[in-house]
Amino acid sequence: MCAMRPEPVHEPGPGGPGDPGNLAGQSRPRPDGQGGAVPAGPGPQGWKAVLTPEEIRRALTRIAHEILERTHGGDQVVLLGIPTRGVFLARRLAARIGEFEGSPAPVGSLDVTLHRDDLRLRPARALQRTEVPTDGIDGKTVVLVDDVLFSGRTIRAALDALNDLGRPRAVQLAVLVDRGHRELPIRADYVGKNLPTAHREKVRVQLAEFDGADSVLLGEVDR
Amino acid sequence: MKRHLISAGDLSRDDAVLILDTAQELESVGGRAIRKLPTLRGRTVVNLFYEDSTRTRTSFEAAAKRLSADVINFSAKGSSVAKGESLKDTALTLEAMGADAVVIRHPASGAPHRLTNWVSGRVVNAGDGTHEHPTQALLDAFTIRQRLGGAAHMGTVPVGAGGGGGGGAGGADRRGQGLDGLRVTIVGDVLHSRVARSNVLLLSTLGAHVTLVAPPTLMPHAVEAWPCRSGYDLDTELRKSDVVMMLRVQQERMNAAFFPTIREYRRRYGLDAGRMALLPEHAIVMHPGPMNRGVEIAAEVADSARSTIVQQVANGVTVRMAVLYLMLGGATEETA
Repeated sequence: MCAMRPEPVHEPGPGGPGDPGNLAGQSRPRPDGQGGAVPAGPGPQGWKAVLTPEEIRRALTRIAHEILERTHGGDQVVLLGIPTRGVFLARRLAARIGEFEGSPAPVGSLDVTLHRDDLRLRPARALQRTEVPTDGIDGKTVVLVDDVLFSGRTIRAALDALNDLGRPRAVQLAVLVDRGHRELPIRADYVGKNLPTAHREKVRVQLAEFDGADSVLLGEVDR
Repeated sequence: MKRHLISAGDLSRDDAVLILDTAQELESVGGRAIRKLPTLRGRTVVNLFYEDSTRTRTSFEAAAKRLSADVINFSAKGSSVAKGESLKDTALTLEAMGADAVVIRHPASGAPHRLTNWVSGRVVNAGDGTHEHPTQALLDAFTIRQRLGGAAHMGTVPVGAGGGGGGGAGGADRRGQGLDGLRVTIVGDVLHSRVARSNVLLLSTLGAHVTLVAPPTLMPHAVEAWPCRSGYDLDTELRKSDVVMMLRVQQERMNAAFFPTIREYRRRYGLDAGRMALLPEHAIVMHPGPMNRGVEIAAEVADSARSTIVQQVANGVTVRMAVLYLMLGGATEETA
């Protein structure tokens, strides 16, 4: 095990523009191939922006409305973001719900590392935060929030992690991007954008809170 | 981090902070209805104890079980060791049983190091002779960080409350922090203390200023080479300490006349209520246990609000979970 930090914080400026190898090297891609980060900025070479900041904002606004609709006004809803970027998305959704309904939804984070099915494939990784709102999740409608839905393995781990925390009345899933290629029978209840991708392609979600600017990028990375 | 945990000196600052941060995350597990994680399912941890110990062995056992590892307890008493089996042969037996990690306590300094040559699993030193006890130092560092860490530079308050309640530390985020600038005084039988040695190495790595106070007969010979100061006058040091750590007078290792009487030791190096009053207001009192009440620490001090002794035991499980997770949780084959 080497000394590792939960997530490297990337400089806002492009580190090596147009060098996908460099990008892949400095980001810490999630085991399922999604996530990670590239230096912020409008679409580095080899990466195509598929969602603009405006579109991300609108997608989140729509999801917030859909959550309120599906849960009859958002009563008893708890938003749990999956680190790293899911947490920021969950906070944004909670704030939107607050704007629409007057009181923001309780929001927290759920680290799924200890429940992953691929732990033995890589060195032990640093844990990220799990924070459950004070009222807990028993009897609540938990909406899991993540940036990219890909194989579905992260969500499976999240369902197991939830099991240890309590017994929600229902669990739903909200993602900013659904890129397909599911390996488990899991689907999202709220989707910002359905993005057809090839398996070898990479999807990067960047958020202002963490990466300096909002964008969703699609690229082909040859290692 | 190295493959085995033999000495607190093997840990870089980043390694140590990673262990403390992992422990901080795992702490909430102790406060949940279901105190179990599936992470080490199918891994086997052997507790190999050649010396009597209740808290360390049960602490490691609880830690391994909370991570769903299988635990085999192997104590020297009533085993093949009592029939004369050597450490090497015992190690080969464990190896044949497929131990992923061996937690060893041994009266001989260096035994865990020898063991690393004979087993393919990870080795965790749970105390060897008068050498080291690294997980004790880690839990002490964790307790200090929880109670005092970064009081001056407290981080952002997290959203919502902590996960499910564990943690006696007001919810301040101390992730990533060391113990920079804190003054820690370790008092007593430093000569025989593996706890003192490990703590000096780890706490100084984390940025604390450590001072050893002991009777001249119980101060190690080459203490000048250690990354700490040393002195003989307890009262002076107490006035400028954030943490005072009392060591047990190890009567079982006192095979010579190190001090005239218990009474004299207590008068010069024991911590009673009068001495505790010399400490700054925020200072805490630690003891690795088991205590000799009335010798190195007075009962009223041990039971005071400044005492972290019970908290240290609870943190022991958490920190050992972090160590086991980081050693066994990932791929077995990796570059160290």
